Amino acid sequence: MTEPDIFGIPERLGMVVAGSLTDGVEVRLDGGASIEDVKVGTFVTLQGDRARFFGVVTDVSLRSTDQALASMPPDVSDPYIASVVSGTAAYGVIKVEPMLIQDIEGPMPAKTVPAHFATVASASEEDIALVFGTENEKNFYIGSPLDMETKLCLNIPSLVERSNGVFGKSGTGKTFLTRLLLIGILQSNSAVNLVFDMHGEYGWEGSAEKGRKVKGLKQLFSSKVAVFSLDEESSKRRGLTPDYVVRIGFDEVEPEDIEILSGILDLSSVAADAAYSLERHYGRRKWLGEFLNLEGREPLFDLADAISVNGNALARLHNRLSRLKRFDFMEEKGQASVDRILEYLDRGMHVVLEFGRYGSNLAAYILVANLLTRRIYARYMERKERASGDPNSEPRPLVITIEEAHKYLTSDIASHTIFGTIAREMRKYNVTLLLVDQRPGDIDDEVMSQLGTRITCLLDSDKDINSVMAGAPGSRKLKSVLSRLESKQQALVFGHAVPMPVVIETRTYGTPESYRELGWKDAVELKAQMEQDAADLFGPGEE
Amino acid sequence: MTELDSTVDAPAGEVVEASTTELVAQCHELYESPPLGALIKTGGENTVYGVVAEVSTRSLDPGRRPVAMGAGESDVEAIYSRNPQLGRLLSTEFRSVVVGHMAYGRLNRYVAPLPPKIHDMVYPCDEVETREFSGSLHFLTLLLSAQVGSPDDVAAAFLRGASRSHADPRAFLVSAGRELASLLGGDIHRLNGILRRLAHD
Repeated sequence: MTEPDIFGIPERLGMVVAGSLTDGVEVRLDGGASIEDVKVGTFVTLQGDRARFFGVVTDVSLRSTDQALASMPPDVSDPYIASVVSGTAAYGVIKVEPMLIQDIEGPMPAKTVPAHFATVASASEEDIALVFGTENEKNFYIGSPLDMETKLCLNIPSLVERSNGVFGKSGTGKTFLTRLLLIGILQSNSAVNLVFDMHGEYGWEGSAEKGRKVKGLKQLFSSKVAVFSLDEESSKRRGLTPDYVVRIGFDEVEPEDIEILSGILDLSSVAADAAYSLERHYGRRKWLGEFLNLEGREPLFDLADAISVNGNALARLHNRLSRLKRFDFMEEKGQASVDRILEYLDRGMHVVLEFGRYGSNLAAYILVANLLTRRIYARYMERKERASGDPNSEPRPLVITIEEAHKYLTSDIASHTIFGTIAREMRKYNVTLLLVDQRPGDIDDEVMSQLGTRITCLLDSDKDINSVMAGAPGSRKLKSVLSRLESKQQALVFGHAVPMPVVIETRTYGTPESYRELGWKDAVELKAQMEQDAADLFGPGEE
Repeated sequence: MTELDSTVDAPAGEVVEASTTELVAQCHELYESPPLGALIKTGGENTVYGVVAEVSTRSLDPGRRPVAMGAGESDVEAIYSRNPQLGRLLSTEFRSVVVGHMAYGRLNRYVAPLPPKIHDMVYPCDEVETREFSGSLHFLTLLLSAQVGSPDDVAAAFLRGASRSHADPRAFLVSAGRELASLLGGDIHRLNGILRRLAHD
C-alpha cells in the first residue's frame, strides 16, 4: 500500500470479513498487501454492494488459519515457503472504523457497516477532496493525510464557530500548528484573532528547534496584524516596534482577577474572598490601589477588623498582591488598553499581545489575559445584544488564543473565569477560544467537552489522552491512533470542523517556499508587484 | 476445440478398472507407466482426465508369485533377456485419480458423470495439455482427498511436473502453494509437508 498506481486507481488492500458498527470492521489483507505498509490512522475507503464508506485504520493484527502455526512455524528460511504462507495461512487483519458513508448530499456519518467482502482500498486524492473539500478561501490547507501528498483542508468558518483546542506534549509542534490555524483564520476572514502570546512565538520571529528562526504573523501579513506588547524593551531587542504598549491600571483589577490567581499566588479561599470585602470597603476601581498603599501590620489588622476578615488572611493577601507592584506594566491608572485592542479588532486587524519577560511569569499572564478578555467579552456581549439579530451591526467573530490553560482552567476555578464562561457559552456572543495546551488532563471537563474541534499531537499520559478523547465518537479506538502519532509534525484532528477524524502530517512552516505558499512576498517580488501596479495604474513609464 | 485434443501419442495403456473417481490402467509394455503425478487422459467418446497416483508391477496371476531367478546373473537386464516370458507373466498398472473430463467440448475440472469404458486407451498428456489443464487449480482438493497411499506426494509430484510446462515455473508454484494454503489452512502440518516437497524444485 503505497501510492495509487499510474491510472489513479487506489490500491486494493483487502476485503471486509467481519465486524460491527460499535467495534469497527475487520479487513483481511490480500496476499499482495504487506501489513507493514498499513499504518494506524490511514484513511481508507470501503466499497460495499451499494454504498461507499470512508474509514480510518484503528488497529493492525496478525492472524493464522491454524493455531498450530504459532507453535510450529513453517520453514520460512526458504523463500518459496515464505512467499506462499504469508498472506494465506498466515495473514494480516486490519481494523477499520467506518466513519462516513457517501450519500447523494455528500459524506454523512455512517450508521451501518459495509457488507461482507466489501473491497477496501487506500483512499485516493479524490476521496480526500470529496470528504474534506478542496483548498479555497474558506478551506485552509493544514496538512496531508498519512503517507499521501494530498492537501487536507480544514473548514475555517465552521472551525471558528466553536472553541477549539490544540494539544500535545511539548516539542510536538503545537506552536507550528497554532501558527497555521491563526493564518488560516486570518486568510479566510472568518474571524479576528486575539493572541495572548506567552513566549513571543506568534507575532514576531519565533525560534524553531536547532535555533532556526521562523517568521511570525506580523512578518508575513504586516498590514493585517498588530503586535501589542507588555514589555517594550524585550520587543525592541528582538527588532520589533510594537504597535501599542499595553499598560494595566491597578484600578482595572477586580476581585475576580484575584480569585483566578489564587492557585498561583497560593492564596487560601478566605484570602481570595477578602478581595471582595475590600472592594466593598474601598469601592470599585480604588480598592487595590488603596489596599496596596497600606504599610505595616497595624493598619492591615485594623482594616481586617473593620471589614471583619481574618487578619492573617488579609496580611497574606497584601503580601502576595504586593508582587503586582513589581510588574512594570502595572500603573496607578489604566490607559484604556481594551479600547485600543477593540479598535484594532474592529478594523479587522489581528492582535498579538506579547508578554516579553513576563511570559515566564504565570501570574502576570493570567492576570492580563483574564482581565483583558473579561472586558473585551463584556463589550462584545453589549454590542451583540444591541445588534439583536441585525447581522450587519454584530461585532466580528473573535478567536482568543490562550496558552497553558491547564494552570487556570482547572475544575476548581474554571467556572469563575471568563474563559470558562466563553467555552461554555460557545458562540453566543461571537467570541470563541483557541486553547493551546500540553496537559489537557488538568483542564476542567466541562470546558473540554465544549471544544468543537480538537487538534492533538502526540500525548502519552493516559489522563491527557482520556480527557482529549472524551465524548469523541469511536474514542476508544482513536486512542490507539493518538498514542502512536510520531513525535513531530503529526496530529489527529477531529470534531466539528472535519467530517471525520483524520491523522495529518502538518504542512511545512518556516521555509521560504512555505511562506510563499501562504501568500508572503519577499522584497524583490514586492518591488516587482509595485512596479506592475504602478504600470497598470499610470500606463508604462518612459524608457 | 481446445489444444487438449490436438495431439495423440501412443497410448500408455488400457483401462482395466474404472469408477467415477478413479481408474486403473494396465500398461501395454512392462514398466512403461507414466510417472507418479503425471496427467493422463482416456481416449474414446468422453475424455476423462486423471493424475497418476500409484504405479505397481506384479504377477498377472495373483496366485503365482514371481521367484528370484538371478542367481549367477550379472545384472537385471540379463534376467529379462534370458526369460522373455516374463513380459507376459508380469504386468505394470497405474491407478489414477479422476480430476476432470470433457463435456460438450468443454473442459471441466471435476469428477466425470460416468467412468470411462474398460479397454479405453489411456494417453499421457503432453506439455501443452498439462499447461492448459493446470491453468486453474481448484481440482487440487480431489488429489488431496484421494484414497491412495500418499495423496500429498501425488499432489506435489503433479505440481512439480505441471510447473515445468509453464513459462514461469516459480510463479506457478507460488500460486499453487497459495491454493494449497487455502485448502489446508486448518492443517498447517500437512501444508508444511507439501510445501517442503515443492520448495526444492
